Amino acid sequence: MPIQRRKFVAALGAGAVASTAGCSSTDSGNGDGGDGTGGNGTDGSGSAGESIGVAGETLTLTTTTSTYDTGLLDAIHTDFEEMYGVTVDAVAQGTGAALETARNGDSDIVMVHARGLEDEFMRNGYGINRRDLMFNDFVIVGPESDPAGIQGMSSATEALTTIAEAEAAFVSRGDNSGTHTKELNLWEAAGTEPGGDWYQETGSGMGEALNIANQQGAYTLSDRGTFISQRSEIDLTILVQGPIEDGPEILANPYGVMAVNPGVHDNANYDLAMAYIGWITSPGVQESISEYQMNGEQLFFPEAVSENPDFQQYVPEGWSSESSDE
Amino acid sequence: MPIEPVAQLLSVALDSSVLLGGSGPLDLPFREGYVWSIIYVSLYVSLTAVTLSTLFSVPVAVLLGFAEFPGKGFVKSVINTGMGFPSVVVGLVVLFAVSNQGPLGALELIFTTEAMIMSQFVLATPPITAITLASVSGVDDGVRDAARALGGTRLDTALVVLKEARYGIATAILAGFGRAISEVGSVLIVGGNITSADGISKTRTLTTAIQLEARQGQYGTAMILGAVLVALVLTVNAVVVHFGDSGVTR
Repeated sequence: MPIQRRKFVAALGAGAVASTAGCSSTDSGNGDGGDGTGGNGTDGSGSAGESIGVAGETLTLTTTTSTYDTGLLDAIHTDFEEMYGVTVDAVAQGTGAALETARNGDSDIVMVHARGLEDEFMRNGYGINRRDLMFNDFVIVGPESDPAGIQGMSSATEALTTIAEAEAAFVSRGDNSGTHTKELNLWEAAGTEPGGDWYQETGSGMGEALNIANQQGAYTLSDRGTFISQRSEIDLTILVQGPIEDGPEILANPYGVMAVNPGVHDNANYDLAMAYIGWITSPGVQESISEYQMNGEQLFFPEAVSENPDFQQYVPEGWSSESSDE
Repeated sequence: MPIEPVAQLLSVALDSSVLLGGSGPLDLPFREGYVWSIIYVSLYVSLTAVTLSTLFSVPVAVLLGFAEFPGKGFVKSVINTGMGFPSVVVGLVVLFAVSNQGPLGALELIFTTEAMIMSQFVLATPPITAITLASVSGVDDGVRDAARALGGTRLDTALVVLKEARYGIATAILAGFGRAISEVGSVLIVGGNITSADGISKTRTLTTAIQLEARQGQYGTAMILGAVLVALVLTVNAVVVHFGDSGVTR
């Protein structure tokens, strides 16, 4: 039954793409609503375009566990799938693994959260058309007893230094994910080399790392989204807030989306990747992202739609061309 | 009999989603059809892999069992080593093979059930071959001699030996199936643990679903899925044993 509906919508979607390519921005359906809006666009004009378009294709998206495990992608992807009549295969890996999969040409698009790694990916020619997508922030969480005494510190680096000096247990992702990359950057900024019995690299996803920290009464760095989605299961509490709750800017957690360069991997589904980027950065879907809640809290804050130009989102950070004045 | 616990567990899983349905889609432990679809993918991948593996392994094991050649002991130890091959390593090897950059890249098999079948084939073949070989070798020489003495061809002899060794072969197939359906490392790497946005599994198996739940700290739902997996393996074993027994009475 759902499959038949999918096919039906796929046929409609093909027409929608051909005839009303711009309609994506008006749809903000959370799944159920997508049906009706997809149909609306095609009522009069769909039949001509049924044999062309992207219907039936598959877009492979490699992304991070924090976007996937919070359920955000499942919640919004139905809209895209029904609009275009395509399938999105979301593969949740760490940021490092997601980029590596794309580097091998095994995915069409990446959605990750480590600007340094994204920039390297672009500089090496693998990724193009990067857009800022959304953000939330990192928080330093730990047991309520707070053995190192970092509660309420306004500096993340100071908090980490304090944990290191107290040799209080700290759980590191240790998996080359965006969160792990951020954690290493923080240690570097703090001028502290973590190591010793108190510092444990788990090589696991955020949820597992939170569980390990919970069981051991340890501190860890978490993205706010995963922490909120798991808070009811664990006894950890936020000790140092990120910028969303007036914490230090260094704990910002921006997500970017990028297409795989078809010039490098000619099998990449570039058309559909760009359709996806257009769709997810559209005002309607950005609105859906901001409306996505877990346990009554907003997990992600959209940042793709802005009145003002932001050219830095398209290029590696700090990039400039000598001849770009023209 | 083992089917009942499956049905009960599933109804528990599905009931809880119905009970929580009023508070919004996020609270559902499982969406409708989700559990069935991952069971389907698990069975489809593992049964296909084990079937292919059996078709390959049993003739190989019979040939090996009948043939005498220098280095036979070495071949046996290679096969026995294969039984302990880590599934993650197999997954990595298959990943390199089916990746866009790999020799099979043009077939676009990555993140498909076909790639998962490939890796489980590699995993299931050594145990099936090794145990079949052991049970074929264990058939009394007199049986073989008698078959030959009665004027049987080599094929007849092989069939007689296979019939004598059927319990061992059934055990071999079950061992291969157990290896295939319970492993998580390779199917996660080559399959990608994908469901569509409406919650229908594409390459998610019971094991990778359990891994996903555990990653999110949802140990309760992980346990339910684990129980479903155990019940599933029990059912398959019961079915095979049942057929094995009825074969004896015939």
